[in-house]
Amino acid sequence: MNETQRRIEAVFRIEWARLIAGLARFVRGDLGTAEELAQDALVAALETWPVDGIPREPGAWLMQVAKNRALKRIDRQKRWEKKEIVLTQALEDQQGRAADVIEAAADDDVGDDLLRLVFASCHPALSAESRVALTLRVVGGLTTEEIAAAFVIPEATAAQRVVRAKKTLAEAGVAFEVPRGKELAERLGSVLEVVYFIFNEGYAATTGRNWMRPDLCEDALRLGRILAELTPNEAEVHGLVALMEIQASRLGVRTLPDGTPIPLFEQSRSRWDRFLIERGLAALKRGEALGGTPGPYLLQAGIAACHARARSPEETDWPRIVALYGELAAAEPSPIVELNRAVAISFAGSPAAALAIIDELAKLPALQSLHLVPAVRADFLARLGRREEARADLERAADLAKNDRERALLLERAASMQN
Amino acid sequence: MKFAIFSVANRDTEAAAAEYDRCEAGELPAPEEFVKMLEFQEELVKAGVLIGGEGLRASSLGARLTFGKNGKTTIKNGPFTESKELIVGFSMIEAPSLDEAIAWMKRAPTANGGMLEIRPLFTDDDFGPRA
Repeated sequence: MNETQRRIEAVFRIEWARLIAGLARFVRGDLGTAEELAQDALVAALETWPVDGIPREPGAWLMQVAKNRALKRIDRQKRWEKKEIVLTQALEDQQGRAADVIEAAADDDVGDDLLRLVFASCHPALSAESRVALTLRVVGGLTTEEIAAAFVIPEATAAQRVVRAKKTLAEAGVAFEVPRGKELAERLGSVLEVVYFIFNEGYAATTGRNWMRPDLCEDALRLGRILAELTPNEAEVHGLVALMEIQASRLGVRTLPDGTPIPLFEQSRSRWDRFLIERGLAALKRGEALGGTPGPYLLQAGIAACHARARSPEETDWPRIVALYGELAAAEPSPIVELNRAVAISFAGSPAAALAIIDELAKLPALQSLHLVPAVRADFLARLGRREEARADLERAADLAKNDRERALLLERAASMQN
Repeated sequence: MKFAIFSVANRDTEAAAAEYDRCEAGELPAPEEFVKMLEFQEELVKAGVLIGGEGLRASSLGARLTFGKNGKTTIKNGPFTESKELIVGFSMIEAPSLDEAIAWMKRAPTANGGMLEIRPLFTDDDFGPRA
């Protein structure tokens, strides 16, 4: 690709989400057609711009060209007397209804279109993987090739997910709109889930990161930041952004060269990205300022912030973390949250209370095979000076551990309990 | 990929020199230009691109430290009149590629001969993983 082409593609990419969003409304939420029209506009740009130069308002140019193509398609279809499609309705409505003229005048509310697009691509009618693929494609502007590389799947699979998602939306007759009232909270939950999933995929994959693999963490952060501007009054959106910013601040320092995770307390805090931490804390403040009962993302961000604020592990505000885990357990009860709450309680100075919680947790069938439970329990026992019991638990944890390195570490700790 | 954007004033042309003098006098841009600048920033924030940035006060309020050979440090108060170019602001953006960073920054309402310098940042990956 030559330089001019690259420049044009870059302009196209930064216009992509808004272009798709505007076109999607024009064709009544038919994302498949919207995407085709946008691609047509790119082809036109690649033909015209190298000669005429990039227009002053490339977004408006692309939108106009794409809409013209849409109208031409309808004409052609009419001539061939084919069945009417949604496009025709869109055209007729636009010609016939005064309301649409007014709507067109208020056309510049790009934000609303973008938000509609986000809600459509994260629609609950779609499978989890389809939501992710479609969101990255239509909102994130990734090509199917890039999505395939990011998730290490064949390109055909990625393309199929996107196609199937668009088809499902069309068949289900999903309205291209921003949900209201009670539905908004539910649907927003689905959107945040998609964004956080993308982030975690990137986070888990950071080892072995290479230039061929697009950075999903960055994409998720960008989606989150966009969302925070589109829905500034939703505390959980700011909570998620805060959580991602703070987690991203530790991206570079949380694993050894071989990929072994470095525990939070052993990470070199001076290498945490202060800039991202500050951004995270600002987002957290923004979310908390909205008031109301904090949701799971805001609470998790609050916990992450306690760690981020502490210059050393000893400075960690454990009582606050215990309180936040308590709220989180109430909002979204889960054994893992309880386990974390127990750890926080032990660090806050009450290993006996922590032990009582974990003994209850250990009875849950779901946690029987998790090496984390005896490993954490051993830690509490050791703090209480019950080293022999701690050793037994560490050996049990070693039996349950799934990888060799972890097993070796646990056995090492077990051995250290003997002297 | 993160990029630092440096906004640089210079005295290359008459218009640029006037802009340079304005920055050096510590004056804010004319209201209509200021509005354009804020609108551009808002566009970048809404696109999730702009992640930080500041404007700089006049160099006459600053100082330069020059580290000499034998541990001798020279402190020189502003203004930095010997410089032809003056950094007047910086921002931080996140974009997937330099091409996209350029595509965004081309839209900056930087008038009067100003210049923007786009520089990618080192990341942790460049240093290699270490504990």
